Amino acid sequence: MNSTTPLAIGEQQHVRFAEGLGLDCGVTLAPVDIAYRTYGTLSEKRDNAILICHAFTGDQYVAEEHPLTGKPGWWSRMVGPGKPIDTNRFFVICSNVLGGCMGSTGPRSTRTDGEGDGVELWGTAFPPITIRDMVRAQHKLVQALGIEKLFAVIGGSMGGMQVLEWTVTYPQMMLAAMPIATAPFHSAQNIAFNEVGRQAIIADPDWRGGRYWADDVVPARGLAVARMMGHITYLSEEALTRKFGRRMRRGPVGGQGPEGPVSMFSDIFEVESYLRYQGSTFVRRFDANSYLTITRAMDWFDIAADHDGELTHAFAGTPVRFCVVSFSSDWLFPTSAARTLVRALNRAAANVSFVEIETDKGHDAFLLEEPDFDRTVRGFLCGVAEHAGLA
Amino acid sequence: MRLDQRLIAEMIAPGTRVLDIGSGDGTLIDHLFRYRGCDARGIELNMELVTKSVAHGLPVVHGDADHDLAHYPHHAFDYVVLQRTLQAVARPREVLRQMLRIGRHAIVSFPNFGHWELRLKLLLSGRMPMTSVWHTPWYETPNIHPCTIRDFLELCKQDGYIVEQWMAVDEEGERAPWRRSIRLANLFGEQALFLLRRRNG
Repeated sequence: MNSTTPLAIGEQQHVRFAEGLGLDCGVTLAPVDIAYRTYGTLSEKRDNAILICHAFTGDQYVAEEHPLTGKPGWWSRMVGPGKPIDTNRFFVICSNVLGGCMGSTGPRSTRTDGEGDGVELWGTAFPPITIRDMVRAQHKLVQALGIEKLFAVIGGSMGGMQVLEWTVTYPQMMLAAMPIATAPFHSAQNIAFNEVGRQAIIADPDWRGGRYWADDVVPARGLAVARMMGHITYLSEEALTRKFGRRMRRGPVGGQGPEGPVSMFSDIFEVESYLRYQGSTFVRRFDANSYLTITRAMDWFDIAADHDGELTHAFAGTPVRFCVVSFSSDWLFPTSAARTLVRALNRAAANVSFVEIETDKGHDAFLLEEPDFDRTVRGFLCGVAEHAGLA
Repeated sequence: MRLDQRLIAEMIAPGTRVLDIGSGDGTLIDHLFRYRGCDARGIELNMELVTKSVAHGLPVVHGDADHDLAHYPHHAFDYVVLQRTLQAVARPREVLRQMLRIGRHAIVSFPNFGHWELRLKLLLSGRMPMTSVWHTPWYETPNIHPCTIRDFLELCKQDGYIVEQWMAVDEEGERAPWRRSIRLANLFGEQALFLLRRRNG
């Protein structure tokens, strides 16, 4: 086993929908597995369920150790007993997105023939999916869990897109929505970054036209480059400067120690070392074809386009209470995008709160220590409970 | 809650929709939700106060009177409130117009520049008056559009707003006894409080 061998994901807690799911592209995908985790206890009235939507490369392991990487859950500082999303009070659900690679049906799943027998993996034959398809799959899961109305749907980045899609597709099935560090459509700049990531993967000879799995290889270099670039967009210049500055790490290759002459490639800046590490760990847990499928779904995301090009129409008469959060140094999903969303919600006379958190941590801030953000999440949920008479 | 906020709350019918522009720490909208069953929301410019309000469970958006009112639909609220801020906005007449476009009623309070102390200080010293209400020097004050009670009434007349209620209050928000005469209120009232409505509807 070398350092790029994918980690075996094993059996994940999931629900299977044998009848499948009709997708936006017209194809019916069947069967569909949705892998998920839950935390806390569903109340007798089934009125305390919060659905958390994960970001692009996240998964269902929100608040517990990840079974593959051994790292803490990606939002364990936000979700848990006594945390802002308090699992002593709420029943928290998080599922791996459709098209993902942590147990939900995606390009790495086995494709079945007419008789239901496994043929081979989907790979690039996996149908194109949209954010709305992901949300439809979550909706089936929520119903399968016997929940008629969610207390809230919460998510950041691509998770925030799913939150917004929930509010326009199933507005009657939720009390509140928290779209965080997100936008009502993917901007040209966002699409451009995604395209560079995809091209890096496709240009890797090990991608093999998307059939790398048949030859038991992975396009590790391409996938790592895509991840490295992604990471730059998740941080701000200030955060990079603060974390790494221009510090260097002298390489062993020249073999001349700290006093020796600098060589072109063996001595690297710490920021390079960080990105290489991020790239190399990523390829072991993420599938390249999933990367292509999900980034495409994000690119197609445009709430207004499905409503005569008018964002306000999408939210007309919405009963949902919104809390929109942006971060001041996030340039991937900037505050201006959040403001566009908030203004459209105002035009629709929706009940909306909007907070911009002051931070230098960039897009990643929603995953990091931000006390104002924690207070906002906790307070908003309390307010919703109080207004709904659940407090 | 400040006394003038209490007076504002008393002007608002229970169970109505209210937008408070410059909602501060959210005291008024919290009161309106809790004790008068209103659907009360806020707009606030100071992000710290916005975060504080939202963390308190109140629906508040970051924004300001000059830029964000245009994005609200017609008749979305029963009352639109602007407390002690009219004199500090860039275009008070436009803000007032927007308030009465969005809401059936507008509730406006502002410090009265016609107060006797201001008049006297300007007359005697020949310099910009400084009082407990107007306490910032001219080069730093955010109050770029001061007006008197009579000035405000004149604008309402010009723009066709109906004054349903008005009162003069002192700095602590206590209601001042100058109800009969506008001229006396304009001379002795430190703050003015108006309840307006659109001519049609």
